[in-house]
Amino acid sequence: MLAETLVAQNISFGIIATVMIVGAIRVVTSKNVVHAALWLVCVLAGAAAQYLLVYAEFVAITQILVYVGAVMVLFLFGVMLTRARIGNENDLNNKNWALGIPVALTMFAAMAIALVGGFTDEKLPSPSTAVRIDTQAVSDAIFKPYLLPFWALSFVLLVAVIGAIVLARKD
Amino acid sequence: MMLAVQFPYWAQSLLRVLGGLVAVLLPAGTIVYLFLFKMMSFMQSRLGPMEAGPYGSMQLFAEVGKWLQKEDIMPEKADHSIFKIAPLIVLASTFLLVAVVPFGPDALFTNFETGVFYALAVSSVSVLGILIAGWSSANKYSLLGGLRAAGQLIAYELPMVLAVVGVVIQAGTMNLQQIVVAQNAGEIFGWSGLGNPYILTQFIGFAVFMIAVQAELTQAPFDMPVAESELVSGYMTEYSGFRFLIFFIAEFATAGVFAMIASVLFLGGWGIPFSWFGWNNIDQIDNWMNIVGPLIMFTKMMGLVFLIMWIRFSYPRFREDQLQRFAWKVLIPVSLGNIMLTAVLKVVF
Repeated sequence: MLAETLVAQNISFGIIATVMIVGAIRVVTSKNVVHAALWLVCVLAGAAAQYLLVYAEFVAITQILVYVGAVMVLFLFGVMLTRARIGNENDLNNKNWALGIPVALTMFAAMAIALVGGFTDEKLPSPSTAVRIDTQAVSDAIFKPYLLPFWALSFVLLVAVIGAIVLARKD
Repeated sequence: MMLAVQFPYWAQSLLRVLGGLVAVLLPAGTIVYLFLFKMMSFMQSRLGPMEAGPYGSMQLFAEVGKWLQKEDIMPEKADHSIFKIAPLIVLASTFLLVAVVPFGPDALFTNFETGVFYALAVSSVSVLGILIAGWSSANKYSLLGGLRAAGQLIAYELPMVLAVVGVVIQAGTMNLQQIVVAQNAGEIFGWSGLGNPYILTQFIGFAVFMIAVQAELTQAPFDMPVAESELVSGYMTEYSGFRFLIFFIAEFATAGVFAMIASVLFLGGWGIPFSWFGWNNIDQIDNWMNIVGPLIMFTKMMGLVFLIMWIRFSYPRFREDQLQRFAWKVLIPVSLGNIMLTAVLKVVF
């Protein structure tokens, strides 16, 4: 049986995916730190758009709020406070960058195998049959079965916060 | 409820785009004329613009015409592509923001389940535009202004989010439309003549939210990022002509949209208390509310913007350290306390 074809959704998926791939490549190839950071914003915002395509509203908006609105802003803030010249810089690449290629390929292979094996038959959900992941479901999941990992993550964050205070204090 | 006319999908989309333009530009123009031109002048014992049109009401069109025909100047050392994108990011954030605001039972752009959360998320995107505007201008004043703006906007975003949490707990939903309904269908100890606008129960939240909005808009007394006596005009220093116009529109349009969101969260939005006409829920509301609703909304918005502008014209500027201390040591603890209080009362009642 042929499932309902979702032309608009599939085309948007293609466009967003292309933007994300181009953005990801430009992050590592651009010669300016701020440009690289802005390409990274494209990749992260693209991920948010992909979440919207699978009806994960809450996750998509959290992605925007946390990554685009906070992480990247703080990142740019830090870069601009310390070193952010306008124009190209040629010493941005690490000498050992070639070592990253096998690591990246291994990661890609592992994730590709896991995704293809796990989700071979999955298709983009159609508006009529989609399981809408509403906020209530997310909070029920966090505060019932996943309470312990949630607490563990909170402790990791607390450690980071205390560490930042210790580093920043002068006495 | 069915509307009398049915539009095809493309016409609906076109109407939504036009409606979005009106919802952004009309309040912005009205705010600039009524408050920036006239109210500020009257508070300073002068008349303000009087030449263009009756009482200077056409002054804004003259100003826009002037800005549009100016030469497009860019510093030679600036990062040109980013310099051009920056104001657009700020304006885009305003347009994204207006997309969740409901104006009537059916007069809405989107009925987002996580409306409030979405509004807070997209409003934080404008920081990105301001930051790169400051950096790409290749000017020390601009960079300092951009950094100050980023520091201030991050600091005041937290109390803003936390202030909204109280409303979300009380309404039991993040959908702005349902928050409106919850307030107008509510009752105060069994009396439903006023509905239950959350400004009564969430007054602390309202106060924190409005202070945070003032800071997010970088209006005085929180105008350290554009402090003209020390930074020329901060991140906007190198912008002129229509690029400055975009920043200018974005500033006042965002003031309007934030006031709309505040009126939805705390003043009952487009609604009137449902008991007046014997409505019980959103499906029973008469169709004429789609016309009257936006007008009610506009009135409430103007009231709140009046408050913002009144404070802007009255108080001197905070110092940078006072500004940060106020956010972290006063507003955030107060709003956290408000959340705890609201949660306890929600369980009790």
